[in-house]
Formats: sequence, structure tokens, C-alpha cells
Amino acid sequence: MRMEPIINKLEVHCTVNGRAAIIHAYPMERLLDVLREQLNLTGTKEGCGEGECGACSIFLNGRIVNSCLVPVVQAEGAEIQTIEGVATGEQLHAVQQAFIDCGGAQCGICTPGMVLAAVNLLKTNPHPSVAEIRTGLAGNLCRCTGYIKIFESVLRACQKQRILQDGVELDGQ
Amino acid sequence: MRAYLPTYELITPSGLAEALTLLAQAPGAWKPFAGGTDLMVLLEAGKLTHRNYLNIWNLEELRGIAVTNEQVSLGALTTYTDVQANAILREEFPMLCQAASETGGLAIQNRGTLGGNIMNASPAADSPPALLAYDAELELVSTSGSRLVPYHGFHTGYKQMVLRADELLARIILRRTTQSSRQYYRKVGTRKAQAISKICFAGLAHIEDGRIADARIVLGSVAPLPLRCVKTEAVLRGNRIASTVIEAAEIELAGEIAPIDDIRSTRHYRLQVSLNLLRDFLTSLQASNAQASPV
Repeated sequence: MRMEPIINKLEVHCTVNGRAAIIHAYPMERLLDVLREQLNLTGTKEGCGEGECGACSIFLNGRIVNSCLVPVVQAEGAEIQTIEGVATGEQLHAVQQAFIDCGGAQCGICTPGMVLAAVNLLKTNPHPSVAEIRTGLAGNLCRCTGYIKIFESVLRACQKQRILQDGVELDGQ
Repeated sequence: MRAYLPTYELITPSGLAEALTLLAQAPGAWKPFAGGTDLMVLLEAGKLTHRNYLNIWNLEELRGIAVTNEQVSLGALTTYTDVQANAILREEFPMLCQAASETGGLAIQNRGTLGGNIMNASPAADSPPALLAYDAELELVSTSGSRLVPYHGFHTGYKQMVLRADELLARIILRRTTQSSRQYYRKVGTRKAQAISKICFAGLAHIEDGRIADARIVLGSVAPLPLRCVKTEAVLRGNRIASTVIEAAEIELAGEIAPIDDIRSTRHYRLQVSLNLLRDFLTSLQASNAQASPV
């Protein structure tokens, strides 16, 4: 077998869930593996490993991406948010609480990706229609729930956010 | 089996000038790497044969959508999300926006780029049929300057392109027109969404006085390259939509495309659906004509 040259590992600097991180990795290592194995952020799951299922979703510079398709070099200088960074301390995000309340999670493998996709949707569209929820979650596969309880969870999260917002407005009056 | 990662190099040039210098110094040694939505899949499957890549994702020179009165110039790194977010593109180049919206989910649309879709050169890619229907041009850059080539003719065979080893695709140019046109884009896959095309069809027609003054018929996944069907277009040009014209166009199209059996579909299915889509497009022209004129 032909021996091929071995590339040196390099240092990648980024911010993960608000904390500075330094990663030593081969340039083409998947961000997914680095997050899970070096930073112990195992909330990000591997499903298909080819960008079809969304289980490995993260926010990279504010945009939702499949971390299985991001070579770690492209995380240099980036702001990364994983599922571990969605709650504020012990306070769950409205989407996370809604998934619990509505039974939106079963085996749980797709859940981090579903939650992030829903958080992403509600950032830009706080009152999505069911069709918009479907489009917003497209690219996230679930093999347990049949999706209905996931859609219900997202709707519940919207309602909750609305109540919270209305509450704030009332306080302000 | 997964690739052995320590043998893969991915370096980040400081800017476009350095990227072009690296390409020029050793033509063929480096290949560009953008959003990774195709290359990382091959890597994971152990099928990424080339070893040394240039990370062009951060090259600002290849980003942005610039609009003038004459044209829209899209950086090669324009993502599918960027395409859909642009109001001019939505208004004047809806087939490109539709292609972008039907390519993967949001996470893919945030990373996949138009330049990557062109340079990966899959005959099943969804944006090339739209770009060919709009007569797009490509700006290729190298250390010796830049050149503009028509996108039609850029692909010369399966994964073959009119591109030198020292060149990068910099921008995709779409000419704006005040001429109104009928546009029809349809992707047919195994599912309504999240599926790679079995057939992709982009049709565009200028109608003058009830006649097809000009037409573009472009199909994906029916030949080794995204195929502009110029012979079928010629059959349509100058004619009124009538059943005889539709039939003549179908006969021409059947001879012009060369679909095959593969993992996603069969030759027979692709041929039949291509003809159906052509008929649907042409019939829609007829219908909208009828609506436009008083009964």
C-alpha cells in the first residue's frame, strides 16, 4: 500500500456556548466529532452522517447547520451554539419545555436537532403556521413519533412565548 | 468505510489572491472546498479520492449578491438561503429561488453554495437547470485575470467542465430583462421534499402575439450533464402552441435526452416524466394565453 503523507493537527479557536474553546484536530475532522469527543458535548447526535437527518444540527455563527458536514477548520473564529447552550442555566427554553409537556421526544436521538430547528424557526417567525413549522423542521428526521407530537410541541412553545411576551407588555403598561 | 483523516489537508488561504497563487503554483494539486455538503459526504463514505483542499468558505470576494440595472452578480459562495432571501431574485429569477428552496433542508441550504452546485457538476443538481434557462454566465478568475464564459457549454461531459486547473469560479451573472416570460420549474423526486431529483425541468418562454418568440428547455438527471435542449427549443421557436407543435417537441425531446437506469430511477420513467413535464409546461402556456385574450 502506498504510504501517504500525514498531515499535522492544528489548533482551532472558537466560542462554544459562550465559552472560548481551543481544539487540536486534523483539518478535515468533523465538527460533530470534535464537539462530542473533545468538548464532551454529547447532546449533538450522529444520525446518518451525510446531512439527511439533522440529528447533528448546531448553530454556526447563528445559522443552523449539520455539524457532520463541517470540517473543523471552518469553525476557526466561529460562534457555536449546541443543544447544551439552549437553556439558560436551569431554565429550559420554551421549546425544550414544550417537548417535555407534549411528549415531543421518544428515543431522543432526533430531539436536539428538532429543538434547535424549532428555536431557529421561532427566532425569525414567532407565529408560524403548521406548514411553516413543517418547512422549518424539514431536514430533521424522526423515526419514533410520526412528527405529530413534535409539531404540537412547537405550537405549544409558540403559545407559551406569546403568553410570556404579552405578560411583559402588560407589566410595561 | 470512513476516510483516514490524517491524510487529508484543508488549508485556509488569507484571501482570494493567495488562493489563486496556490492554484497557479501547482495546477491540480489543490481543489476548492466551500460548504462541504457534497465533499463531506464523500469523505465519510471513504470515497473522497483527492487529498488536498483549499478552504474558500471565508473568501469575501466570492460572496454577496450585487445588483445593477443590467445584471445580478452572485458570488460563487452564495448559499441557497442567500438566494431565497434576495427580493430581486424572487421577483425576476423565481426558478432559481424555487431550486434553492427545494434543495435539502434549512441546514443544507445554509451551507450549500451555487458555485459548489455548479462545480460539483452532478447531472442531478437542481440549480443548473434554472441557471441554464436564464442564460447565466460564469466569471472564472486566476492569477492571469478573469474571463466570462456562457454557462451553456460550460459542462462538456460527466463532471467535465471548461475550467483550467488554476481557475476558480468567482461569480455567476444573470442578465436582467424587462421582457416578460413564462417560467416553469419542477423537480420530481421520490418524495415531495428532501429527495434528490429523478428528473428536474426548467422551462422559460417569451410569448409574442401568441407565438413562442423564444424558449428555453433545460433538464437535469437525463444526461451526463445538465442539458439545455436546444433542438427542442428550435422546434418551439416561432410557433403557436398547438397539439401538433407539442407532439413535435416531444419527439425532438425524446431524441435529445439520454436518460439511464441508476440508483434513483429508470430510463423509462425518466423519459416518460420528461415528456409529461414538457407537455405540462407547454399546455400551461396555452392556458395562460387563453386567459390573457378576451374570449
